Amino acid sequence: MSSSVKIKTLTIDERQVGAREDQTILDVARENGIKIPTLCSLKGLSAYGGCRMCIVEIAGTPKLLPSCMTTVEEGMVVTTNSDRIKKYRRSLLELYFSERNHVCSVCATNGYCELQSMAQEVEMTHVHFPYMYPQLDIDATHERFILDHNRCISCTRCVRVCDEIEGAHTLDIKDRGIDIRVITDLDHPWGESETCTQCGKCVHVCPTGALIERGKSVGEMSKRKQLLPYLTKMREAHE
Amino acid sequence: MNKKLTLATLWLDGCSGCHMSLVDVDERLIDVAGIYDIVFSPLVDVKEFPENVDVTLLEGAISTDEDVEMVKRVRKSTKTLIAFGDCAVTANVPSMRNQFKVEDVFKRGYLETTPGNDIIPSVNIPKLLEKAYPVHNFVHVDVFLHGCPPSADNIFYTLVEIAEGRTPELSKRARFG
Amino acid sequence: MTPEEFKKIGETHQKKREAFKYNINVCTAAACVSLQSEKVKDELASQVKEQGKKESCRISGTGCLGLCASGPLVTINNGQALYGGVKPGDAADIVKSIDKKPVKRLEIPADMPFFARQTKIALEHCGNTDPEVLGDYLALEGYEALYNCLTTMQPVEVIDTMVKSGLRGRGGGGYPVGLKWSTVHKAVGTKKFVICNADEGDPGAFMDRSMLESDPHSIVEGMAIAGYAVGATHGYVYIRGEYPLAIKRLKAAIKQAERQGFLGKNICGTPFSFDVEIRLGAGAFVCGEETALIASIEGKRGTPRPRPPYPAQYGLWGFPTLINNVETFANISPIVRKGADYYASIGTERSKGTKVFALAGSINNTGLIEVPMGITLREIVFEIGGGIIGGKKFKAVQTGGPSGGCIPDEYLDMKVDYESLAQVGSIMGSGGMIVMDETSCMVDVAKYFMDFCRSESCGKCAPCRVGTAQMYNLLNLISEGKATMHDMELLEELCDVVRNTSLCGLGQTAANPVLSTIRFFRDEYLAHIKDKKCPAGVCVIEHKEEAVL
Repeated sequence: MSSSVKIKTLTIDERQVGAREDQTILDVARENGIKIPTLCSLKGLSAYGGCRMCIVEIAGTPKLLPSCMTTVEEGMVVTTNSDRIKKYRRSLLELYFSERNHVCSVCATNGYCELQSMAQEVEMTHVHFPYMYPQLDIDATHERFILDHNRCISCTRCVRVCDEIEGAHTLDIKDRGIDIRVITDLDHPWGESETCTQCGKCVHVCPTGALIERGKSVGEMSKRKQLLPYLTKMREAHE
Repeated sequence: MNKKLTLATLWLDGCSGCHMSLVDVDERLIDVAGIYDIVFSPLVDVKEFPENVDVTLLEGAISTDEDVEMVKRVRKSTKTLIAFGDCAVTANVPSMRNQFKVEDVFKRGYLETTPGNDIIPSVNIPKLLEKAYPVHNFVHVDVFLHGCPPSADNIFYTLVEIAEGRTPELSKRARFG
Repeated sequence: MTPEEFKKIGETHQKKREAFKYNINVCTAAACVSLQSEKVKDELASQVKEQGKKESCRISGTGCLGLCASGPLVTINNGQALYGGVKPGDAADIVKSIDKKPVKRLEIPADMPFFARQTKIALEHCGNTDPEVLGDYLALEGYEALYNCLTTMQPVEVIDTMVKSGLRGRGGGGYPVGLKWSTVHKAVGTKKFVICNADEGDPGAFMDRSMLESDPHSIVEGMAIAGYAVGATHGYVYIRGEYPLAIKRLKAAIKQAERQGFLGKNICGTPFSFDVEIRLGAGAFVCGEETALIASIEGKRGTPRPRPPYPAQYGLWGFPTLINNVETFANISPIVRKGADYYASIGTERSKGTKVFALAGSINNTGLIEVPMGITLREIVFEIGGGIIGGKKFKAVQTGGPSGGCIPDEYLDMKVDYESLAQVGSIMGSGGMIVMDETSCMVDVAKYFMDFCRSESCGKCAPCRVGTAQMYNLLNLISEGKATMHDMELLEELCDVVRNTSLCGLGQTAANPVLSTIRFFRDEYLAHIKDKKCPAGVCVIEHKEEAVL
């Protein structure tokens, strides 16, 4: 940290906290043990701002802002867990569950899934929006990994880790709206990919069972959550 | 001692795993029996769903016209209706057919996977709905007890809380899957 | 080039025009072109030749004359006679009667309210210049504003002029232009950019297209002035690929301006350099959102990112960037030329100046209009617009496209300005105005706009991606008479969730057409749900008893 970085003071959930001026609200909250739920954010990857779970209220701003991409300001008054926000987070999560075919009981990541544990975190007991039941494919052409679109929440962690950390950019997104899909290369089967290095980082940053290792059965696919923090740390040490 | 509450348990489109989990309450079943009289259940031999049931544990998704009729009748006669397990709460495994057309599901189930069989049964069986649905799509549900199956602890906790006149807080205790 | 030189070019052109007794202008903007106005123009030219009137008649193409409903339009000496619905076969009669009485069957009264009630500032040159000829623009004081800014004004003075004019962004948000320019001016950056947002995507809106087709130089000039004011050296016009004619004319205008030194290095001999490049959009509505637009110019997938930081601080490739839309830039040079006070004298307290609207739908005078802010909806619809087609009953006017709302007849006397429109749950938007009569079903209208939002959602954030699809499904159920009151509650709940949790403007405003139709036409929703009837007779409701559901 250079000496020119300024320190800002702000209030998060009625607590006075100090922060570097370049920090996001999410970073500062975590440093201070204030938990804000996230799905697309992952330390070591660029911020995305798409999952909307980390929205917070900022006094004087009518809009809810994503704490992962909002930098701190002097005197900011942030509320992370008002009833209003809690209600929206629950609705958002219900929308996620209604979007695709998330059947926890027969999922390889059952017990290790961030979407599943998020339901507990935001106190979602059921989905009151209609389920959409889209007909989706599973790409099982790769010899080591499986991409199951039924369980994808389009957080793009896999796309970002493949591009930013591995440097392969095998994964990307196609189409838009409800039709968006994670693709490999130019929408060719993963097994035919010439760019995939088989590193498996995408599998381990995937919050759900959308990316799993081949051969893993129900509840067997735990993810190595420390992989990315470790890689980031080693990179920083190297630099 | 107060008069015992009446308890019904129902098994629609599910695997009966939730009922197994109910039995897994083990020795606490004696406590449950102290609070509740089971008046209707796959575990007891009663043909008609009775009137004025205090609590109903409803396992399974709603998948046929008969299920719809049943769940409506149950709702009418039940004070506290519990969606019991993931199938009742989310339609869970039965809903995995929802991506496909009913005809295709039949074809797959009766013809393609059964060599030599060329009949799709259609007589004297309930009509399959276009999709399998969660219970709350049809009737109001009072308590969502999710899990596949819900743990015996959560089942016991829920039954006791209701008997004590409290609303069970399951959102943090229970987990889908 | 010195001002004398370019004035001279202008004067030469003016003289060339005046040498002819009759200047016959044929509208060559897209609407008239689609009705064969190019053929009309050719036929007029050959008739002039045939009838030996080459000495007195000059045929030229011109920009949008506004009254698209009566196209193709032909005007003689800028309004001496105005003809509508002209077919190539009419050319002979028009030329024959040029020095006699006008052709009755084609004549449109030039003093009709459609023309008389307008105040043209952004559209000042539309319809009276040839958009493909720089000399025409110069003859009408073109590029004088730029020259004056560069030679007599400091950048802050230009910004001050914008502040005083009260001009607000015409793309929809209505952010004060002077304030935005000042922010970019003050922002620290080794480079700065100016972007013109011409990714017009609202259904029924064609203001930007018409302006670019009719008067491209005014947009180029406005951008250059903005570049000077904020300290940018490079500009981009992000324009939809679906606007080939606008692209062609803008390209030509940029080339002409470069050749004459109004763009490029050391403009008009001053130290200021500024160039403009065109970037084509590929048909994604969301790319009209400024951060998605920037991503698209950068060559990335056109998806928005959360603001702050705003582009004024952190824009194209991370540099401070000014983004305004076509109409905003079209207003710049008139404001500089005529003065901020003149502009500020038009309009209302908080909404100054004029606004361009594209009138569409069930209205007699479909077309492009420019009116002072504060005019009432009634004046627009019934005086300028000439009322409803076939004398049907007015039902609602939709402003702001998929982000706006439907305004019912009880608000017809409401003033059109940013605040009033917001109060009734709509927005000014970029200027689309769709008039609906009694035969429109408001549930169907809401469904149409939700279908639009659902297919234009980029899919980045869950509330917009899933929420718009869910809302569309519910509206579909309602329109088919299959919904219950519970579905209606879900719809209203989703409106609230999507509006408050979406990432960008698309999602945040996607519910507006639903909310405003529920607010003013709740009865129609209830008729679909409870009585299984569509009062307007638009929605097809099958009356069959479902066995189970």
